Amino acid sequence: MIGTTGLIFNEPLLWEMGAEGRTAFSIPARDVPELPLDAALTGDGPDFPDLSEPEIVRHYTRLSQWNLSVDSSMYPLGSCTMKYNPKTNERQAGLPGIADAHPLLPVALSQGLLRLMFELERWLAEITGLDAVTLQPAAGAQGELTGMLIFHAYHADLGGPRSKILIPDTAHGTNPASASLCGYAAVPVPSGPDGILDPETVARLMDDETAGIMVTNPNTLGLFEREIRRVAEIVHDRGGLVYADGANMNALLGVAHMGAMGVDVLHLNLHKTFSTPHGGGGPGAGPVCVTRALAKFLPVPRVLEKEGRFALSNDFPHSIGKLHAFYGNFGILVRAYSYILSLGSMLEQVSRYAVLNANYIKAGLRDDYHLPYDRPCMHECVFSDKRQLAYKVSALDIAKRLIDYGFHPPTIYFPLVVSGALMIEPTESESKETLDRFIEAMRAIAREAETDPELLHQAPRNAKVRRLDEVQAARKPCLMG
Amino acid sequence: MRYMPHTESDIAAMLTAVGVKTVDALFADVPSACRRSTPLDLPPALSEWDLDRHMEQLAGQTATAPAYKIFLGAGSYDHHIPETIKQLLRRGELYTAYTPYQPEVSQGTLQAIYEYQTLVCRLLGMEVANASMYDGASALAEALLMAIRTTKRRRVAVSRAVHPNYRRVVETYLRPTGFEIVDLPYGSDGRTDLALLADQNELAAVALQSPNFLGCIEDLQAAEGRIHADDATLMIVAFNEPLAYGLYQAPGRLGADIVCGEGQSLGIPRSFGGPGVGLFACRMKHVRSMPGRLVGRANDAEGRRGFVLTLSTREQHIRRERATSNICTNQGLCALAAAMYMASLGRTGFRQLARLNFDKAGYLKHALQAAGAELPFSAPVFNEFVVRWPRLSSERYTQLAKGGIVAGLPLAADYPELADHYLLCATETCSKADMDALVEEVTR
Repeated sequence: MIGTTGLIFNEPLLWEMGAEGRTAFSIPARDVPELPLDAALTGDGPDFPDLSEPEIVRHYTRLSQWNLSVDSSMYPLGSCTMKYNPKTNERQAGLPGIADAHPLLPVALSQGLLRLMFELERWLAEITGLDAVTLQPAAGAQGELTGMLIFHAYHADLGGPRSKILIPDTAHGTNPASASLCGYAAVPVPSGPDGILDPETVARLMDDETAGIMVTNPNTLGLFEREIRRVAEIVHDRGGLVYADGANMNALLGVAHMGAMGVDVLHLNLHKTFSTPHGGGGPGAGPVCVTRALAKFLPVPRVLEKEGRFALSNDFPHSIGKLHAFYGNFGILVRAYSYILSLGSMLEQVSRYAVLNANYIKAGLRDDYHLPYDRPCMHECVFSDKRQLAYKVSALDIAKRLIDYGFHPPTIYFPLVVSGALMIEPTESESKETLDRFIEAMRAIAREAETDPELLHQAPRNAKVRRLDEVQAARKPCLMG
Repeated sequence: MRYMPHTESDIAAMLTAVGVKTVDALFADVPSACRRSTPLDLPPALSEWDLDRHMEQLAGQTATAPAYKIFLGAGSYDHHIPETIKQLLRRGELYTAYTPYQPEVSQGTLQAIYEYQTLVCRLLGMEVANASMYDGASALAEALLMAIRTTKRRRVAVSRAVHPNYRRVVETYLRPTGFEIVDLPYGSDGRTDLALLADQNELAAVALQSPNFLGCIEDLQAAEGRIHADDATLMIVAFNEPLAYGLYQAPGRLGADIVCGEGQSLGIPRSFGGPGVGLFACRMKHVRSMPGRLVGRANDAEGRRGFVLTLSTREQHIRRERATSNICTNQGLCALAAAMYMASLGRTGFRQLARLNFDKAGYLKHALQAAGAELPFSAPVFNEFVVRWPRLSSERYTQLAKGGIVAGLPLAADYPELADHYLLCATETCSKADMDALVEEVTR
């Protein structure tokens, strides 16, 4: 059984509903007198619609039904690690002692929470093979910025700030954007013909003006950067540092040792590898792990332990400062902590099954789709639309048709080094039967591309809406109602 | 393990299909020198039930209401959150989806964020709001960077009455590129003293906060005239208590060019400081310099209304190093919570609740004053305020906290000149009895 059918409710915008005087909020009884207001400063209050509680519930229930999600179907969005988000994690984050905790409580009144942060830092250090960790960055991109700030502080501390940074052409777009926030000019590094970095190319580009390199490993082609140690050596020899984008860490749990690879700074995406929900676009968390030599640059405050008591300290004069008003997305840290405790050393199995699933998809689709880099993949595999283009069917058409079969499309047109890329990351959560159904759907689409390309151009037909006119939306933006 | 469906026979069949003998063989590309030499040293896996006990034990050490009376605000506020919001946010279709890159199967998230953007504009009196930033602090840092980009100037002025942690984040963001930050002092009324602006030129932006960190409402109308005396300078207004705009005039109606801040108050639990949500709004003429994602209306192939991510040529995945920001994942689910909260209160409820907050804090302020506390600042406040209370030594503060009353935030660490000063907050969750108990304890 593949495909989708069903009833979809229409639902207006909030301000097209309701009537003045309704409310969905229980205002507490007043036990203090009304005081005079300063008329010069006060206004009428915001023009929000007035709705009752049943209207609110039905509105958002209907909206939710228009989404595909991990809970409803396989969501093989490459580089995003859309794994199952355990329900127990939500329970833990909602405990009163966590959800209702004020961040500025005296530390004696928040010991359990500080302990949680301290332990999570230690576990992430163990998992990555690095020495010290900050949990403060609110997402992967802010983790990258943190890493670049640490690079900057390191070179400034040595008396010679640098102006450039090497970024492979397979990198996430956030890498160059994060580096430029620190004033670094991004120097693109072309990957070799086999899809990975060639140390000779790095040697040619690395100089004394270059702060270091940002590498994603496994890279966005799903390939392990085999020459990473050699690359790190070259960069270190010229006084640079190695940053690893850990967005793809789901491939390497229990396998790789980032310290041994020569990595100095690494960010993790807890909303990818450590099962915290993606929330329709966040909140995530992007902890940064560093070597011992760079620990003094980490953001403050840092959690310290002494004889079983925990404290927060700002006393790190080399610190890059603060990235978040408080300690980062703590509620997300709780979920990752809960995930690690639920798996323990079984965390290794996560990567083994994630890699097995990706290779299984690769094997299942290689007869029907072009495989630009035919090597063993890690946690994701990258195909292209090259064969289907002969029938005027593009990666976009394939993606949209997959919706009619009830799957979320893979990442498309990324990485940029593959024209018409289809980047598929199944994660370890999917069963063999689901993978078989996905393969079956993709193969059916490949046949449809040959026999009935118009079907693909018209897809999707079973979703809430048909294809949307994005060009017009950008030309005449309507951003509020 | 219950999160992974693989059985031995599944694995065997899959390995055959892949054409390798073992799962290990799939990792052949990882050189041995890049590998761990030891297994992961992590605590043993806990059953779901043991995990519950462990987490309850950790969480149980935190001071929370009702056992504790906590008069802390300072950027993180205790407000009632309707059960509807908590339950709706737990719909898997909402929280287990990702960024709506594929609009046809993400219309729920897209319409909800479009509604969020609209309600934020109405709240702040602005023309366009993005889909959210990480928090109030990074929103302010990004606002200043945006002003630097649009004006091509290198210097900004930031009030000392902006949240001290926001100012630290701003420093972190601006330091490596050498942009200069001028501190504006606060005056005896607790509002920013703008006299210093007369000596400044070539400012990209002036950033104030209202209500400011000291709880005071800034006179934004007067400030606007001073700031826009140089018409290229952008006026940025930050906030960390948006409920105040239920009562006080929205900064956008008073001439602000960018309004940004923390939206935790809007239906999001405090969660030890995060996740909250950074609200960010500006004028339509600056939209193409704006950081962050935007959702816009679009028609589908059959002319039906829908929503898409739009103006993405500003963003990192298209423009890479020339993007307006590096942000991609933001605080989507928290933005959704904020939209649900604004819609749940409505205009009527938002106004009533804001008024109640104002009156609660007013009651406590007057009660403390009557008991002998000094009120150093004369400007109007919303739901928090500063008192000077030399009798409340740090020993006594700690003792009170142990006994179940957290008597506000001591300000000396952030403002050395404000030794013996405390920032106290009272929202709708504070009963008169709690406030009377606080007054009695601190006057004892």
